[in-house]
Amino acid sequence: METLEQIAARIAAAVPGVAASVETNPAVRAQSSLVVGRDHALAVARFLRDEPGLQFDYCSNVTGVDWLDATLKEKVRVKRVVDGAEQEFEETVERRRPGYLEAAYHLYSMALRHGPLILRQRTANRVEDTRLASLTPIWRSAEFQEREAFDLFGIVFTGHPDLRRILMWDGFADFPMRKDYVEPDDYEYEPTPHDAVLEKARRHYPVEGAA
Amino acid sequence: MSDAPPATADAESIAALSTGDLVPDEFPDTPPPPAPAARLFEVRPKPGVAESDEGELLEVSIGPHHPSTHGVFRMDVALDGERVRQLKPVFGYLHRNHEKLGESCSYLGSIPYTDRLDYFCSLTNNWAYVLSVEKLAGLAVPERAEYLRVIAAELTRVLNHLCLVGFLVHDMGAMGTPLMYAFREREKILDLFESLTGARMMCNYFRFGGCRCDLPPGWVEVAQRFVDGLPAFLDEFERLLNENEILLARTQGIGVLSPELAVNAGVTGPMLRASGVNYDLRKVDRYGLYDRFPFRVPLGDHGDTYDRYMIRILEMRESHKILTQALRDLPAGPVIDPKAKLRGFRPKAGEAYGRIEAPKGELGFYLISDGSPNPYRYRVRPPSFVNLTILEDMCLGHTLADAVVILGSVDIVMGEVDR
Repeated sequence: METLEQIAARIAAAVPGVAASVETNPAVRAQSSLVVGRDHALAVARFLRDEPGLQFDYCSNVTGVDWLDATLKEKVRVKRVVDGAEQEFEETVERRRPGYLEAAYHLYSMALRHGPLILRQRTANRVEDTRLASLTPIWRSAEFQEREAFDLFGIVFTGHPDLRRILMWDGFADFPMRKDYVEPDDYEYEPTPHDAVLEKARRHYPVEGAA
Repeated sequence: MSDAPPATADAESIAALSTGDLVPDEFPDTPPPPAPAARLFEVRPKPGVAESDEGELLEVSIGPHHPSTHGVFRMDVALDGERVRQLKPVFGYLHRNHEKLGESCSYLGSIPYTDRLDYFCSLTNNWAYVLSVEKLAGLAVPERAEYLRVIAAELTRVLNHLCLVGFLVHDMGAMGTPLMYAFREREKILDLFESLTGARMMCNYFRFGGCRCDLPPGWVEVAQRFVDGLPAFLDEFERLLNENEILLARTQGIGVLSPELAVNAGVTGPMLRASGVNYDLRKVDRYGLYDRFPFRVPLGDHGDTYDRYMIRILEMRESHKILTQALRDLPAGPVIDPKAKLRGFRPKAGEAYGRIEAPKGELGFYLISDGSPNPYRYRVRPPSFVNLTILEDMCLGHTLADAVVILGSVDIVMGEVDR
C-alpha cells in the first residue's frame, strides 16, 4: 500500500477543493489517520473505493469519538538571543482546542488485502452543528454502525437512508457515550439502601417541608 | 342516523368514562395524525419489490421473546401471505453500554467484561481485546502463550460451530437430537476450559503479554483425546445431516447472498466465505502464530444457507488440523511475559485497532489511549451486529419460516449485538 501522504496527495488531485490532512498516530505508526472535511467525505470515500490501486472495498469499523474542549500543552523549540548568542529553548505553549465529535472509519481492501486506512471526519462543534456526511451510500456496512454513532454520540449523518436510534429506545433524548453525559439519578429499586443511595434518593425526591 | 335517539345525559356520562374505545358516531374527514411511535414503525414497502394487488400487508413483530430469534432479538416483518416483503431488525433489549463500561474501568478490568460480549466464545473475545492492547502498547507474547491462545481459540471455534449447526437444524424442526449430539461434544470442550481457566463459559483467561496461568497437569492428553475423537464425530454428524431431505429442501437456494453485496456490507467470517470470498484474517493478518499451521480456507459456491451450514462443518475439520499440530508442537516456557505490567497499566497516548477471526467473523477492538489508566475510547466491532445489516436483503421474497432459518445461519449472539 502507498503511504498515507501519497494517498492524500492523490485525493487532493482527484477531488477538487478537498481538505485532507494526515494525522500521525504515536502508538501505531501504520494506523495513522486521514482527516477529511465533511463536505468532500463522500467523494473521497468513493475515490478510495473505486481507485484501482487502492480498492478499499471493505469498511470494517465505524465509530464515533467525543472530544471535549481541552487545553493542549505542546512543546515547541524557540530560538532566543541570550547574551548576544542565539540559543534554542524548549517552551511549553498552551493551546485551546474547541470540542468536536468525530467519526472514524476503518477501511480495508479485500481485493488487494491491504489496510487499514483510517478515515476521519469531524463536526464543527459538539452542540449545534453535529452533521457529517453518511458513507452508507458507499459502504453498506456503515448502515447500522452509523445509526449506532447517531444513537450514542448524536452525530447526524446526512444522506443516511434510515437514521433512527438503534440501541437506545426511541423516546430517549440524550446521547450516553458523550463524555459529559450525566447518568440519571433516579432508580427503581435498591435492595439494601445504604448511605450513598439514601443521599441520592433524598436529593432526587426532596421531602416537602423538610429543612 | 336521523332515527338515532338524542344523546341523553346518561350517554354523555358514559362517553366521559370511556377510555377511547368507543367509536364516535361521525368520523372526521381526515384521519388523525398517527402517534409518534406508530410513525416510527410505519411499514413502507421497499422500493423495487413488486406489491401484490390483493389484500394488505400483515405486520408481525417476531420476538423479542421467541425461541427462534436466538435471544432477545426482534424482527418487524411485513408479510404478503407467507412471503416476507419487508424486515426490520430491532435490537437493544440487552444493551448495557458495554463501551461506556470499558471506558470507566482499567485496561485489565475490561477483560472479564469482554467475556460477556459473545458469551459462547469468551476466549476469542479475550484474544481480540488483548491483541488490541498489545498493539497499542507494543507488547510481545511468549511462544508458549501464543500456542495456548491458538489452542483455546480453535476449541472455541469448534464449540461455536457445533452449537450453530445444532441450533440451525433445531430451527428447521429437528427437535433436540442433533443439538444434543452437538452439546455432548461442547460439554467436553467446556470441561477442558473449566480445568484450564476455572470457568466453563466466562473464561477470562488471556492477559496482555500472555495468558493468566499455565496448563494443569494432564490437560494436553485429555485435549488430545477430544481432538482425536472429533473427526469420527463429524463423520457421524455429517452422515446424519448432510443429505437429509428436509435440510436440503429448507436450505438450498434459500437466502442467497452475493459476494459483491457481502463485501460491501462488511459481512465477515463463515458467512462471507460461504459466498465465495476468500478472506480469513488468520491468513490475511497472520496474527498469533497462524502462519505456522497449514490449513485451508473452505469457500462456498452459492452463498445460500446450505453453504453457510457446510462451511462451518469444513472449518471444524480445518480446526482439527490446527489443534492436532498445536498440541503436538506445544513448546515449554513461560506463559506470560514477566515484564508485562497488568495492574496500573498506562499505555502511552495513541490509538490501535486490533482484529481477529472470531468464529462469527471479524471481531475488532478500537482503543484510544490518552495516557491515563482507562482507555479514552473503547470500541467493539461486533461481527454479528454488522452481519445483520443484510438480513433483510437475504429474506425478501422468502417465506417467514425461511427467514427464521436464514437468521439461524447468520449466527448471532445478542450479548454481542446489543453490547
